[in-house]
Amino acid sequence: MPFSDDVRSRLDADAAQIIGKYPGPRSALLPLLHLVQSEEGYVSAGGIEYCAGKLGLTETDVTAVVSFYTMYKRRPVGKYHVGVCTNTVCGVMGGNQLLAELREHLAVGDDEVTPDGQVSLEHLECNAACEYAPVMMVNWEFFDNMTPQSARQLADDLRADHNVAPTRGPGRLVTWREAARILAGFNDDLATEGPAAGPADLVGLKIAKEHGWTAPEPGQGEDSDRHALRRVARGKALRSRGPRGACGPSGRAILRRVPQRGAKRSGGFRGVVPPG
Amino acid sequence: MTDTLTPVLTAYWDQPDIFTIDGYRRAGGWQALPKALGMTPDEVVAIVKSSGLRGRGGAGFPTGVKWSFLPQNDNKPHYLVVNADESEPGACKDVPLMMATPHTLIEGAAIASYAIRASHAFIYVRGEVLHVIRRLRHAVQEAYAAGYLGRNIRGSGFDLDVIIHAGAGAYICGEETALLDSLEGRRGLPRNKPPFPAVAGVYALPTNVNNVESIASVPSIVVNGGDWFASVGTEKSKGFGIFNLSGHVTTPGTYEAPLGITLRELLELSGGMRGGHRIKFWTAGGSSAGILTDQHLDVPLDFESVAAAGSQLGTRSVQIFDETTCVVGAVLRWTEFYQHESCGKCTPCREGTFWLVRLLEQLEHGQGSEEDLEKLLDICDNITGRAFCALGDSATPPITSAVRYFRDEFMQHHKEGGCRFDPALSTAWSTT
Repeated sequence: MPFSDDVRSRLDADAAQIIGKYPGPRSALLPLLHLVQSEEGYVSAGGIEYCAGKLGLTETDVTAVVSFYTMYKRRPVGKYHVGVCTNTVCGVMGGNQLLAELREHLAVGDDEVTPDGQVSLEHLECNAACEYAPVMMVNWEFFDNMTPQSARQLADDLRADHNVAPTRGPGRLVTWREAARILAGFNDDLATEGPAAGPADLVGLKIAKEHGWTAPEPGQGEDSDRHALRRVARGKALRSRGPRGACGPSGRAILRRVPQRGAKRSGGFRGVVPPG
Repeated sequence: MTDTLTPVLTAYWDQPDIFTIDGYRRAGGWQALPKALGMTPDEVVAIVKSSGLRGRGGAGFPTGVKWSFLPQNDNKPHYLVVNADESEPGACKDVPLMMATPHTLIEGAAIASYAIRASHAFIYVRGEVLHVIRRLRHAVQEAYAAGYLGRNIRGSGFDLDVIIHAGAGAYICGEETALLDSLEGRRGLPRNKPPFPAVAGVYALPTNVNNVESIASVPSIVVNGGDWFASVGTEKSKGFGIFNLSGHVTTPGTYEAPLGITLRELLELSGGMRGGHRIKFWTAGGSSAGILTDQHLDVPLDFESVAAAGSQLGTRSVQIFDETTCVVGAVLRWTEFYQHESCGKCTPCREGTFWLVRLLEQLEHGQGSEEDLEKLLDICDNITGRAFCALGDSATPPITSAVRYFRDEFMQHHKEGGCRFDPALSTAWSTT
């Protein structure tokens, strides 16, 4: 069914803003599809017709694009769309079991939604969070290091509309439609919530700091810019440099690395604040 | 002699506000762009060339050389496209980088755009990472407000608009020409090369496509000098890079180290394999690189050495599996992934991955004979080098390497009429 005049007039300003961002108008198609998905929760025939009309494309052109990308849904999904990664690392680490148990717990299959419309489920391919395996996503927010218990609890909380917070994300989950609007290019006010990084992202940095390991000094400088950045980069680590090789491997091949050049430590520029 | 770990890109990820412009400036950020704007674009290209930085998205092509392929003074618009579609199984470096330090990427994109004379930069980020998209947009807004983006940036006459573009779920869009088609609002199908994007990229105009980590490495190179970057790493694989360890290790996580570090070193840092288990197989560069075994613990993880060992450094996505894992099942899952993600443009990949999955299913369930195993390898042989793009070629190394190292295990499934591995023992919550 084509969009009503009401819906059109509401979306037209958004669509114009999206199309205006791009040097070539057709580049706006993916964001426009996210936009119509935010309106209805999925990409309907009406949504396709709307996008085609905005860009002077045929509905066939647009349908071909919709069917190519897995994030566009052709049927309604839940208010909370749950994905379980079953690519090899996550699958082996328990993602396969999580998916099987959630299918049973929620009594739904892939891309199916619970009768109350709250939760839908699908298997995902790698979502770039392998250090936190097994990983689940809800409305494209990270839920790291899941277990059978935490997965079941999450599903129950979502059905009951309890607030749940992603592991690395804002303090609350937005709905599926709200998420689609962000994907279309419109911001909410949650960008500054949540951690900068998760614990697994920091393990190497922590070890480096414990040992005082850093990137080498730049060559002694002809300008002060480099020193200012480096000064911060090195921080305390330089002064507390620990014994080398405490964690160092025995079989380390010294010769394969190019010796660092111009590595003398300088102190002279340390306090200089660069211009600008 | 360089330290074992060399945090540069990851050096401030423990600062809770590092994703804001204030946090980034406190860490010395946004000093590279003004410095670059004081040089000519060619000088910036020369610094990046001298650093020896090679593409961090997997292919390892020298970044500065790639920049220099764009035509000069052609009076056409140029474009920078940042490939932030990180989807390689095992890869989780770009997504955390953009979550923690989006400004590093935006600053690098601004410098790269200046160097290639582009006034539009697109960051094509996979859609399935909502909070990363929020952080990128927020950083772009802050950068505009501070005058690092927009018109006549810092009085230099250089204009730049940065557009954060969310994808919609397709692994193939990590292939640079498929990404360009997708960015133009089409199905993400790879294009014939030549013409290369440097000549005819997005909107058929000169375009440079770089990976997130490549672009994020640029500000520190501009500030510290090409020599500084080149002083780390190996002779041909210079610099540092992010290594992601996942799977059956005691402490999975991110380790930023000079190229040339070994898995043995990384395992020592990460506390070794999980308790009571031993390493069975691993990937150096994501699933597409194929697997290695415990014979390869001392292979320097640089482009040349990993290639000489029959794999690829790729995206330094180190997925580690212990002896509880069935290699046939693991490879079957990866192959199902390639089948699912095949765009369908070329026959070897579209049809080949379909049949690879069927054969691997039979083998995993103990119904595949020696003959089926040969057929499997034969199909791999008919895909490799015959597919239209690198995705097709990427589907076969996991299989051929697994058969190379674990042929007996494939046949054991046949002899025993099924898989003897208990998946419960491989899980994160297994207690044995």
